[in-house]
Amino acid sequence: MQTLIFRTVAPFLSALMVVFSIFVLLRGHNEPGGGFIGGLIAASALAIYGIACGVTPVRRAIYFHPMNIASFGVMLGGAAGMISIFFGVPFMTGLWVYPNILGVEVALSTVLFFDIGVYFAVVGTITSVALALEERDEI
Amino acid sequence: MAAPSGAAVDISQAMVVAEAPLADWLVIAPVAYCLMAGAGLMMLRKYVKLQPRLAVFGLLALVAMTAGLLVHVLSGGTVTVTMGRWLPPFGISFSVDILGAILAFTASLVALACGLYAAQDVDKTGRRYGFYPLLFLMMAGVIGAFVTGDIFNLYVWFEVLLIASFGLQILGSERQQLDGATKYALLNLVATTIFLIATGFLYGIFGTLNMADIALQAREMGATAPLYTLAALYLLAFGMKAAAFPVAFWLPASYHTPKVVVSALFAGLLTKVGIYALLRTMIMLFPEQRDELATLIAIVAVVTMILGTLGALAQTDYRRLLGYLVVSGIGVMLAGIALATPLGLSGSIFYALHSIIVMTALYMAAGMAARIGRSFSIAQLGGIYRSHVLFAAISLVLFLSVSGLPPFSGFWPKAVLVKASLDAGIWWLAASILVTGFLTTIAVGRVWAHAYWKPADTTPPESPMMIPTATLRPSATYLPLIGLVALTAVFGLYPEPLLVLTERSAEQLLDPGSYIQSVFPEAAQ
Amino acid sequence: MEPILAVFVGALFTVAIYLMMSRHTIRILMGVMIFGNAVNLLIFTAGRLTRDVPPIIPAALDVPEIATANPLPQALILTAIVISFSFFAFLLVLGFRAYQELDTDDSREMRLAEPKDDPLPPLGY
Repeated sequence: MQTLIFRTVAPFLSALMVVFSIFVLLRGHNEPGGGFIGGLIAASALAIYGIACGVTPVRRAIYFHPMNIASFGVMLGGAAGMISIFFGVPFMTGLWVYPNILGVEVALSTVLFFDIGVYFAVVGTITSVALALEERDEI
Repeated sequence: MAAPSGAAVDISQAMVVAEAPLADWLVIAPVAYCLMAGAGLMMLRKYVKLQPRLAVFGLLALVAMTAGLLVHVLSGGTVTVTMGRWLPPFGISFSVDILGAILAFTASLVALACGLYAAQDVDKTGRRYGFYPLLFLMMAGVIGAFVTGDIFNLYVWFEVLLIASFGLQILGSERQQLDGATKYALLNLVATTIFLIATGFLYGIFGTLNMADIALQAREMGATAPLYTLAALYLLAFGMKAAAFPVAFWLPASYHTPKVVVSALFAGLLTKVGIYALLRTMIMLFPEQRDELATLIAIVAVVTMILGTLGALAQTDYRRLLGYLVVSGIGVMLAGIALATPLGLSGSIFYALHSIIVMTALYMAAGMAARIGRSFSIAQLGGIYRSHVLFAAISLVLFLSVSGLPPFSGFWPKAVLVKASLDAGIWWLAASILVTGFLTTIAVGRVWAHAYWKPADTTPPESPMMIPTATLRPSATYLPLIGLVALTAVFGLYPEPLLVLTERSAEQLLDPGSYIQSVFPEAAQ
Repeated sequence: MEPILAVFVGALFTVAIYLMMSRHTIRILMGVMIFGNAVNLLIFTAGRLTRDVPPIIPAALDVPEIATANPLPQALILTAIVISFSFFAFLLVLGFRAYQELDTDDSREMRLAEPKDDPLPPLGY
């Protein structure tokens, strides 16, 4: 897909989509959104970047191998579930802390970290499939 | 909900308020650990030398965890843990009774043996491709299926083990593997989709997915038409997963194509997950409906075991022959489900444990025979007895065990099943179990006579087969095989403790009172 | 609404099973995909239909005000969609690779793992 307009717009579009995906991820706890859909948005951002500029720039941009990102997500999700072992409650119980950061009460929870884990797992797996398919096209 | 930190809400209506004892984490630990260990190994997959060592230690830890779980369940009865404190049936529960715990333990033993064997069998490309991460992912699926108490969650674990098995199946990407994998993947996907159809209906009827809740409600509803539909659908879906007769053909078409260690894992574990799910649904959830289907299951069992051995008799390839023997073993296990007496079920569970160990060991033996003789064809193999006496002796033990001859572990479950079917007055079931044993003896006897006993054929084989060129390092490759053979010999000579365990788990299946009580402590009072 | 959807589910199953009985891998794959979608619709229908009431609890309350749509079947379907999507992606790649390597997408000609001219097992000793 070597059109000038698309190639010029794609990096901005991808950046915007990644930001939006993080917004969707963080919004997800009380309103529609969440790690899965956020991960899909981020993965499609990377896919668009790959279609426009080729697979190598994408691999360079995300630095880590997509499968490693996915594995990191699984680890993070598992670890977030495991935290409850220290509080005597069953696996995956939501635990909350409300630290005061810069005068704003921020609600942090294990659920959030689980969701971030899901985000990474989805980004990693979908990106690795998408990049593999795009690489096939180029040959 | 990000409720304000000060809000006081009575949560005992929706959540478990009792503190979770640390020992109950043993229920979650094997599954969560497998997933995380798999992910960790995935990140380290560049370090191909380190992989086997890490994986073997990881699998040792897994064996320790499942052993701890078994001890915990034996001492404290059925254990239930509900994710995130939501009261069952709203949260997803993991409920482990003796059946689940003992199967999980045996499965992790077999995984350890395969992990050891794979250190020799899987080359660097295979490791880089992710053999060990996929092994852990598959174990997460297998153990998850054994411990879960939620039927949709069971479906999810089936899919987890299935996707991992797809990855393992095409490890190496040879043409034969692609052919086998296509059939394996498509037919298994259809089977799990039928499972999902049944679960969709089940949710429509019961409005719950918790197995204990379903067991309670199914007993109240009694013999109604929708439940017969459900039972029949589950029989079809899990029969297909377990490779029972009319829907078994994906197994002999694909089990000989992947690497030997992968075949060994599949033969040991995957079909038994299907048998486990059949035990759960047919015996625990829908006993009345099963009574109605009993004759059908018995006929399927007979046809499966006889046709399986006849298929084995027609094979030249060592691994394809073993694939048919897996099918015939499934028939023997189905016989116990058809009887559904405590004795029959105990025989089925014992046979499942025996089959997990022996089928894995047999595939490993096939792989080693092929390394010695550079072929999988029993017509081209020969003279193994002269060149490798110890290996020949080990193989002979396995052959006797798989045929159900004393003094090895295959004898007892078959004896128990024959007695159970004679007690129930179904003589033809007993007769076909005995005939199956006889035919299996002929099939493996021929392998013994040709591949091991007859002198080696000096003419070079026509078609060089894809066999790893690594030389046979006795210590590393023999160790897992000897371990598994020792298990089958020990439980053949001293079956009493295992028989007691399987009888207890059969009783728990037939009377799920303790299972239900562990999920709903107040409902039983 | 439920009867209409039930009929529609039945139609989808018919199409899927017809396609799956084909000999060509690509048609079987399409059949499998439609099969999966039919099941999703089945779960959706089995969970009973409530229109226009999303299961979202207003910020000030602990329980929803009125009866809402059942969220559980939707969660189940989401899980099933994710799984069937990843399986379909895998199978598509597998089918394509098999077509490249075996030069056929006709399942009757895929006899590499079980060759037609398989020799008889040794009959004597």
